[in-house]
Amino acid sequence: MNQHPGTIGRKLGMTQFFDDNGIVQRVTVIEAAAVVVGKRTLDKDRYSALIVGLDERKPKHTNKPLGGFFKKAGVTPKRILKEFRLPADVVAQYEIGQKLELDKVFEVGQFIDVRAKSRGHGFSGVMRRYNFKGQVNTHGTHEYRRHGGSIGTNLTPGRTLKGVKMPGQYGNKQCSVLNLKVAKIIPEQDLLLVHGGVPGSRNGIVVIRGAVKKMGGHPKAK
Amino acid sequence: MQTHPKITALEKEQLRHDLSRVMPGATVRVHYRIREGEKERIQVFQGVVIGRRRAGARSSFTVRKISFGVGVERVFAAHSPFISEIEVVNLGIVRRSKLYYLRKLSGKKARIKARREN
Repeated sequence: MNQHPGTIGRKLGMTQFFDDNGIVQRVTVIEAAAVVVGKRTLDKDRYSALIVGLDERKPKHTNKPLGGFFKKAGVTPKRILKEFRLPADVVAQYEIGQKLELDKVFEVGQFIDVRAKSRGHGFSGVMRRYNFKGQVNTHGTHEYRRHGGSIGTNLTPGRTLKGVKMPGQYGNKQCSVLNLKVAKIIPEQDLLLVHGGVPGSRNGIVVIRGAVKKMGGHPKAK
Repeated sequence: MQTHPKITALEKEQLRHDLSRVMPGATVRVHYRIREGEKERIQVFQGVVIGRRRAGARSSFTVRKISFGVGVERVFAAHSPFISEIEVVNLGIVRRSKLYYLRKLSGKKARIKARREN
């Protein structure tokens, strides 16, 4: 289980800033003002997790069961809900209705994983999707310029192997980037600046957690 | 798509208004702070501005000089906190914004007429 706390946010775009050595740092800006809207407990749900919400949802767009859930938590209805599985003792540190302050959840220099839906490119050919080279444009090429070429051998094995790269849906798929570094935290504006790029379009929803595969993924690691 | 106002605000903070304006064709002396371990010193790079990229806080400009017979170009981030001063030696008379043609020229041809001050 990923024991690092996390939050959900919105990707605002990319920019740069000058660090203490005057070197330009390229960063992605994420706005994350998530609120704890509920908990899963071992007694009741047989696992422990924090339920975190982001963005306002109009009351008229909230159905009654969900509205009841938010009413019980004492928070305004949220549009995006996400569960973070965490050990029971970490869950106990948070209260329902509490805002997830970025400077408490993350630290500057800490490694994080960011998960988001990549930008959708629709049904794409192999040149765009897999960077195939295509065919030559001259020498009598007829209606074959952007094709992928051969997809297999003849009688042995007599079929196309699974997993051969072909045209298809490109993007709009869950995508994770591991081990990004937190560059800056601006708690007053709920902004998190992360070194490097993050999947998804601007205004896309991103899920941020402490890095799974790195020591120091947890802000207060022992 | 427009840049998010919060990002615009972040970039605005970085802008430096204390530096003199850099124009293509101008001869400038850029005083750049260089950190060597603990010590800090100032290095001056003098040359002709052969182009600038205008992009708010991400702006940069390129300075070209001939050093020991070799052309040297250096790109400075226009709003870098490590530029301590920009001295404009003179403004040149040029008719384009990117003076890349200077790279092919040498000697007397590579000169730029200075704008007369009055």
